[in-house]
Amino acid sequence: MSRHLKRDLVILVCVALVVAWANGDLKDLLGIPGWQSYAVRIINMCAINAVLALSLNLVNGFTGQFSLGHAGFMALGAYTTALLTMDMAAKDRVFFMTPLVEPLRNLTLPFLPALVLAGIVAGLFSLLVGVPALRLRGDYLGIATLGFAEIIRLIIQNVRKVTNGALGLKGIPPVVNLWWTLGSAFVCYLMLRNFLASSYGRAFKSIRENETAAQAMGIDLFKHKLLSFFISSFWAGVGGGLLASLLTTIDPVQFKFPLTFQVLLTVVLGGMGSLSGSIIAAGIVTYLMEFLRVVEETHYWGSITIPGIPGLRMVIFSLALVVVVVWYPKGLMGDRELTVAGIKGVLGRVRQRLRIKGGRPA
Amino acid sequence: MILDIRGMKMQFGGLVAVNDFNLSLEHGELVGLIGPNGAGKTTVFNVITGVYAPTEGAITLEGRDITGMRPDLVTRLGIARTFQNIRLFSRMSVMENILVSLHWRLKSGVFDALTQNGKYRAEEASMQSRAMDLLARVNLDGVADSPAGSLPYGSQRRLEICRALATEPKLLLLDEPAAGMNPAESIELMKFIGRIREEFGLTILLIEHQMRVVMGISERIVVLDHGVIISRGTPREVSRDPRVIEAYLGVEKHA
Repeated sequence: MSRHLKRDLVILVCVALVVAWANGDLKDLLGIPGWQSYAVRIINMCAINAVLALSLNLVNGFTGQFSLGHAGFMALGAYTTALLTMDMAAKDRVFFMTPLVEPLRNLTLPFLPALVLAGIVAGLFSLLVGVPALRLRGDYLGIATLGFAEIIRLIIQNVRKVTNGALGLKGIPPVVNLWWTLGSAFVCYLMLRNFLASSYGRAFKSIRENETAAQAMGIDLFKHKLLSFFISSFWAGVGGGLLASLLTTIDPVQFKFPLTFQVLLTVVLGGMGSLSGSIIAAGIVTYLMEFLRVVEETHYWGSITIPGIPGLRMVIFSLALVVVVVWYPKGLMGDRELTVAGIKGVLGRVRQRLRIKGGRPA
Repeated sequence: MILDIRGMKMQFGGLVAVNDFNLSLEHGELVGLIGPNGAGKTTVFNVITGVYAPTEGAITLEGRDITGMRPDLVTRLGIARTFQNIRLFSRMSVMENILVSLHWRLKSGVFDALTQNGKYRAEEASMQSRAMDLLARVNLDGVADSPAGSLPYGSQRRLEICRALATEPKLLLLDEPAAGMNPAESIELMKFIGRIREEFGLTILLIEHQMRVVMGISERIVVLDHGVIISRGTPREVSRDPRVIEAYLGVEKHA
């Protein structure tokens, strides 16, 4: 046990050093410059997408409830963080059509409490949505949560005194750096892992496996579904808050259904019911989103011109999803987790196979 | 008297699945509920456990009215059940299947579980040892870490019974536990049921399709056909009742 603790600590310190290097914290101290801002930005997006995928996986993959409301809760988190971290001058510049209501106008909080409040606001709204919606099952729940997310978005678009309506918010303080995004992803992962390993996590999984049997074993279905939904939405709100600070500008159009779809794609690709799968898939999807920009650009090959088609990336992702659903319905990891023992096992098998091949040269 | 069902009627639209059903169970009894396919046996179970609220009638458990109460609350009051078609949590381990049944007694809150604090860890440890103890008593401790879905059929049946026992019931409802078993396996299972009844001090209501399976271990048998009780009494009495023979074999028509 203590040996594992030592190993984990060593890994943690090494990762922290790399993060410090990438983030440019070693520049003043040792004169080592940080990583390119483009690379840092991609890592930031990876971490935020990991938070979003992990949280959606809790409801969809572990509790077996088909929820499509993630974008709505992200929007709540993003707006909460933005409104709580912008100072009065920044707010006055943005709210030139309809002034912001008074207590919010001169309220400015540090980033951490704003981020936590973003999660809490999203979580409380999820209870409002969950109480009626979680009585439904399967596809019906998906449709209901999708509808509620759109309602949240439309409210944001229309309560101009608070959200500035369709104009959105600009000049959100860019507080977020690698420490915030990777730190949030790490805390989110630890929290979900602990929780899923506990008796509550087993109750969630039993609901996924068989609702009737779970209830017959004394599990309060409604309470546990609501709990899962709350924790999931809390982290969706935190993810939205991180995104707002990273982008420094948000508007209601960003939080339409395709955003939920992108997170869902990540969850399915990584494996419903696998935390490490969600993290790996978040990395892959975020990286490909950037890498595939190539296909949307105009190419000139000598006299031939291939015009770029905006949105072609999403076509490729949709095709990828079709391929995954048809040939790998369990995703990359299924419902297993990536562990040190697991990696050792795979490496051992590969080595053994190589040895067999090497042993028969003739 | 532990369970009392008075004048129960269950109607689905125009179909009366069970009508005027009366049954009382005494502490420690083992009663068989038999009848042909579609007689309404499982419906009786579903009404007792709160899956359906009866159209008419009342159900009391130790004097307490439980008519139409939510299934998880009925379980907490002391009625556990198994299912006709096995409903294990198949992707979870054998051990976890038992631990789920212990969840409703958990005193640690959400924050204790999130932080894995001392209070939670102590409770988790005692749950684990309790689950292991239960598995040992049904000879499944050797496969505690295997996925429940990978067990052979007979073991899955035993695991389902063990999972129901883990909720610490006073009354156990078994829905065709011997379904799909050959005669030798059925006899083995009935011995097992007799044993756990003694060990756990249970009252058991047992649904069975084949009469000879329940003959050996039931004190009383109730025969249901087309939603109505057509006979009740000791196994010997019931097996000689012409109405029962008729229900099972049909009437011989004389030319």
